[in-house]
Amino acid sequence: MSIGESSTPLGKVRGLGSAREGGEHWLTERVTSIALLLLGSWFIASLLFLPKLDQATLVEWLHAPSGAIPMALLVIVGFKHGLDGLKVVVDDYVHEPGTNFVINTLLLFLAVAGAAIALYALAMLAFGVAA
Amino acid sequence: MAATRPRPLSPHLTIWRWGPHMVVSILHRATGAALSIAGLAILTWWLTALSRGADAYATFEKASHHPVGLIILIGLTWSFFQHLLSGIRHLVTDTGAAFELGVNRTFAMLTIVGSIVLTALLWIWFLGYVK
Repeated sequence: MSIGESSTPLGKVRGLGSAREGGEHWLTERVTSIALLLLGSWFIASLLFLPKLDQATLVEWLHAPSGAIPMALLVIVGFKHGLDGLKVVVDDYVHEPGTNFVINTLLLFLAVAGAAIALYALAMLAFGVAA
Repeated sequence: MAATRPRPLSPHLTIWRWGPHMVVSILHRATGAALSIAGLAILTWWLTALSRGADAYATFEKASHHPVGLIILIGLTWSFFQHLLSGIRHLVTDTGAAFELGVNRTFAMLTIVGSIVLTALLWIWFLGYVK
């Protein structure tokens, strides 16, 4: 891990900065934000265009691939973007490395668990016999 | 490796004069945190309730039609639009554009006006629906 004379500029800065990382994280946040711009607009537009907002209509909407697939993407990208954003907040305010690691790991577990629960519900809606 | 003396801190909220850019920056973080925690939790609850039949969905509907539930949902809708518009502003400034004081200030104010208008329009439409 020593930084020798042969290190490239990237090799020299890698691991530095308050968060010890960041370039990929920063870019991922931007890319997922553009995806959420599209998926979020789709979500609002879908609610506006549905004939009713009762359970039967919503279940039918998410049973069809045209509803289930974008919703699955919204869940996955939404949890990823939310986790990335909260990490920035945690890294800004929690400086002690041990506490920082614990909180970020806890948030990671919560995000993965939340996404799994939401995707399971979506799978039930998409593959289940229409309720 | 632990710091032996406190790190110098830059002057914070108490010392700067408030302006639209500062408000929007703080709101971006606050609305992002609200969407990541409450927004994703409610989205997951909503999908789970939809997948689990009439009783589960009735519980969700009862909570969402309660005044407190409505305030939370309207607050999250506003958070969504504020974060979305402010996010677009961030993508623009990421390219190095719109840093002129006047332009930056105008964009910041437009995100606030835009998020309130979009939230109002959507909820006028929603509440007309629910009745």
